[in-house]
Amino acid sequence: MIKGRAWCFGDNVDTDVIIPGKYLRTKDMSLLAQHVLEGLDPHFASKIEKGDVIIAGRNFGCGSSREQAAIALKEAGVAVVVAKSFARIFYRNAINIGLPLIEADVVCQEGEIVEVDLAKGTVYVNDRKVKGTKIPDFLMDILRDGGLVAHRRKEKEKIR
Amino acid sequence: MTGKTLSEKIFSRAAKKESRAGEFVTARIDRAMIHDITGPLAVKGFYEIAGRNAKVWDPSKVVVIFDHQVPADSLKAAENHLMLRKFSQEQGIINYDVFCGVCHQVMPEKGHVLPGEIIVGTDSHTCTYGAFGAFATGIGSTDMASIFATGRLWFMIPKTLQLEIEGRLPSLVTSKDIILRIIGDIGADGANYLACEFRGKVVSRMDIASRMTMSNMAIEMGAKAGIVDPDDITIKYLKQHALDKDAIAKNIEVTDEAAEVTRRFWTVSDLEPQVSMPHNVDNVRPISEIPETRINQVFLGSCTNGRFEDLELACNTMKGESVAKGVRLIVVPASREEYLKALRAGLIEKFMEAGAIVESACCGPCMGGSFGLLGPGEVCLSTSNRNFVGRQGSPEALVYLASPATAGASAITGFITDPREI
Repeated sequence: MIKGRAWCFGDNVDTDVIIPGKYLRTKDMSLLAQHVLEGLDPHFASKIEKGDVIIAGRNFGCGSSREQAAIALKEAGVAVVVAKSFARIFYRNAINIGLPLIEADVVCQEGEIVEVDLAKGTVYVNDRKVKGTKIPDFLMDILRDGGLVAHRRKEKEKIR
Repeated sequence: MTGKTLSEKIFSRAAKKESRAGEFVTARIDRAMIHDITGPLAVKGFYEIAGRNAKVWDPSKVVVIFDHQVPADSLKAAENHLMLRKFSQEQGIINYDVFCGVCHQVMPEKGHVLPGEIIVGTDSHTCTYGAFGAFATGIGSTDMASIFATGRLWFMIPKTLQLEIEGRLPSLVTSKDIILRIIGDIGADGANYLACEFRGKVVSRMDIASRMTMSNMAIEMGAKAGIVDPDDITIKYLKQHALDKDAIAKNIEVTDEAAEVTRRFWTVSDLEPQVSMPHNVDNVRPISEIPETRINQVFLGSCTNGRFEDLELACNTMKGESVAKGVRLIVVPASREEYLKALRAGLIEKFMEAGAIVESACCGPCMGGSFGLLGPGEVCLSTSNRNFVGRQGSPEALVYLASPATAGASAITGFITDPREI
């Protein structure tokens, strides 16, 4: 179970507002966290704390395929992203880098405590239960291993 | 049993088993492309997965192109380029380096795109190659790292949405206006997870450049692919460009008439030029409904509209007039080849004489990470594909998307202008 404080966003949060193109040349992933969601709130990086939860509307992560968007959220301490729907590439990227996410239509106030049960596909907000879309098992395995790189390495170990 | 869609046929072949929309399959990848922004992460992930001395599964299927920050615009960009040069050299992978232009133009131009193939790139606009009947889609860097190691990737086979475009396109109204209208009608997530197929008489008559513009923007409505059925126009292009000419017809497939698809229809005979207003691509209005809007910059270029045909249309619309005072017209051909065509046709001279800034082939201002950025409060009319907050510089800048004809007209008036009024 993941439990954290909610930050609320609307529909179509694109990868350019999550992390603008001008920061993509860096290899320092902590720098990405310093500018996370700058396009929607210039001070967001200083507000978010480790373990917080992002709640959003439709089509979260639309736009560019830049994996740095998912990395920026993870590096900033986001524990899970809950959205009504995700853009396809972002969904894959998040799982591949070990950022938990779930499709669920959650309405809540900023600062409310949200609990997410990824295995069951449910979200709890102030005792309200919202049924989301469960992540397919083979993707849950990747998430549990901490992302696709670790997952593939583990597979390799098994073969040995 | 109903017929099969193009996507079902392609994935059945690539997964070596009969498969249907909605199923998860592991498909063999026919071609993989990385560029200078998303490539370094893919390479790093590959070595982490496979080991420092590992070899990619098939170097002949990988293409490296630098286009986002070229020539290196910063020390960090130079370091990324060095890393990818070393990788390409060690692995025996073709690397076009900084020399050829925007990846999505260079890939088909240099012959790396064939119909019916599964092509992935670490760039969301990889869907551009759907214009040649390929199943092409954007992926993240770690998915690519895994492909480098194994040659395969999991997919959910998408359902198919056929967009039937009928009528006759009016003069100075382009495929950009059609795709903007479609995105405006369908919405930014209206085709999420779907394979779109552009069909109908209007598409059959379109040249390759116009088809590429439409396929390119399929991602802006969430689509996984934006495909045009291969025809004589496609084959003619491929015969000129394909590296393996014997393979052109090998995997050509189209959707069966009896296949399970959703269809939507557009008639474009009365279509006006369209404009996508800040800050979402689906915020589309006909140009007659756009209030008077003064502009500071016009960007003519990108993988969406940086081809010779686009430059020619914009130049013709300008009718020899100078760029309006206070406006910066930045012209960036999509590739070296397109640049040379424009040069030989006298377009570059005309742009320069009109006061434009002409840059060498690259992504230019489109991704907001290199040159031509906008300051707070500035307004840009752009032929590219995205107008998100901060996309071309300041989060307080405004980007309007439109066709090359509208770009040419607006460059000489200094306001967003209907090209039919020039």
